[in-house]
Amino acid sequence: MIAAHPSPKQIGKVTQDPERPFGNPERLPKSETRNSVGHVETRSYQFALPPNELTLEGGEKLGPITVAYETYGELNSDRSNAVLILHALTGDAHAAGFHKGEDKPGWWDDMIGPNKAFDTRKYFVVCSNILGGCMGTTGPSSVNPKTGKRYGLDFPIITISDMVQVQNYLLDHLGIDRLLSVAGGSMGGMQALDWLASYPDRLKSAIIIATAAKHSAQQIALNEVGRQAIMADPYWKEGNYYAGHLPAKGLAVARMVGHITYMSETSMGEKFGRRLKDNGKEHKFSIDFEVQDYLHSRGNNFVKRFDANSYLYITKAIDSFDVSRGKPLQHAFKGIKAKALVLAFKSDWLYPASQSLDIVRACKLSGIETTYCEIDSTYGHDAFLLEIEEESHLVKHFLQNLSSEPDSAGESEVMAYEI
Amino acid sequence: MRSEPTPLEHKVFLDWIRPATSVLDLGCGDGELLSLLVREKKIKAQGIEIDEQAIYKCVARGLSVFHQDIDNGLSEYADKSFDYVILNQSFQQVKKPDIVLTEALRVSEKVIISFPNFAHYRARVQLCFKGRTPITSSLPYEWHDTPNLHFLSILDFVQYCKNRNITIEKSSFAGRNRSVKIFPNLFALTGAFLISKK
Repeated sequence: MIAAHPSPKQIGKVTQDPERPFGNPERLPKSETRNSVGHVETRSYQFALPPNELTLEGGEKLGPITVAYETYGELNSDRSNAVLILHALTGDAHAAGFHKGEDKPGWWDDMIGPNKAFDTRKYFVVCSNILGGCMGTTGPSSVNPKTGKRYGLDFPIITISDMVQVQNYLLDHLGIDRLLSVAGGSMGGMQALDWLASYPDRLKSAIIIATAAKHSAQQIALNEVGRQAIMADPYWKEGNYYAGHLPAKGLAVARMVGHITYMSETSMGEKFGRRLKDNGKEHKFSIDFEVQDYLHSRGNNFVKRFDANSYLYITKAIDSFDVSRGKPLQHAFKGIKAKALVLAFKSDWLYPASQSLDIVRACKLSGIETTYCEIDSTYGHDAFLLEIEEESHLVKHFLQNLSSEPDSAGESEVMAYEI
Repeated sequence: MRSEPTPLEHKVFLDWIRPATSVLDLGCGDGELLSLLVREKKIKAQGIEIDEQAIYKCVARGLSVFHQDIDNGLSEYADKSFDYVILNQSFQQVKKPDIVLTEALRVSEKVIISFPNFAHYRARVQLCFKGRTPITSSLPYEWHDTPNLHFLSILDFVQYCKNRNITIEKSSFAGRNRSVKIFPNLFALTGAFLISKK
């Protein structure tokens, strides 16, 4: 799950440990991290036109499907430098750069751009809005061409695999046969896992950040609170709210629960402590503390940009995700030649490191060449959007190493000699 | 973390490891030895290392590495998953050397292990005549600030292998700048062994 875009103030560490190699300006000059891909535009691609609708994992058919996507950098002549970025719960296709007239960059702008982790001078970076979303790709708030009205709850149940299937079609459209890598955190990490399991031959590597191969009871429970908040809102009306009032209160509460889970006890303590908020009291239970004010404003901002039904559909897709579909995880990864980079964050209690280690264990058992790092951070789950220096270092070198080595056919030749 | 290995120690690994094999390095540190083996021997390399900062250096060298405890890092591997498991100056730092070595021998065909010799004559002199915990070039740490948890001699290890029916296929002993041929338990600062178990 993704937090709202961190403000520039939030980026960078609260405390800088001088012993860390990243304190060294030679390694990652500050000026480089400010490099931007500049102005970008979201484009769209439509496919699955009737009668060739897309068959979803659940068996239902859906079409036409519009996919919103952005690209940064240039596809090289042998089309071998493409990286697909996978966003989390509330993200969108706008991962880097600036839309015209806006001063807020894309959600992973710190990682994507010239000289950054996903270096747009070397790589062709693609990011698309997920199926079921509300940022340009077909979802429950889209108009159903059969009825001329918005889908609402007529939208079919979707899965993480369906999102990946749609991305797969987008790659066909963009003329990319094989990706150098797929990368994502949180729900983006689930899509990366699904890519690895579903289309292993179409990628050379996967970068899997702060995620799980399947949700635990605790994670499902937290999502359920969010869904119940939406559905308890009288304006939700079984999803038929598009013509009138939005279920804003419910969606805001869902977002508040989300934000609590994205932070750690330490990061909340550092950010708010028990500081009071001076807010001319309306009633006995008005806001007392800064942390309450923060949650309220995050919740209220969220409803301006996100669709409540999308929140329901996407969280359901996350909860039902199980990349190995009930079988031991290593079965899903059998025979995969791609390499993996798995990252977890020490204070992330929403997607704890133990879940990343389950993925790593399966990688070991199935012989996937894997690098795993548990990055020391106090930011909680938000760390994947905030611990830019460590993440950049790992991703940058991981990708560099991939692009410098020969393709897998060449690799096996190297391994065959002498034995 | 590990003490700076002498070039002689690296040489043993280069001599013993066959080209184009698979190697798991337990406690690979910053990956210096592993990347040397990748370069010179074209091995398929995997490291395990507990220190986060060392992981960043390994990744910068292009190595695949797990940020994990050696004591817990092996149980997932199937039998004979690797041609070699190597423990370069990390064996004396694990919590349960017995379990680690048993597991290492299970998951690989051969294990190469090198460790500082606690019975080096300089160590003996310091302990015997000065009554002080020894500090030598292979055991450079003060008693209160050492990553080493176990202190063993070359003879201890040879005896240990005998007791466990572990075959010592090759051994090599190093002094400060040269290899040691006679009385290794007295004159070698480090011992290296290529071992296997039927």
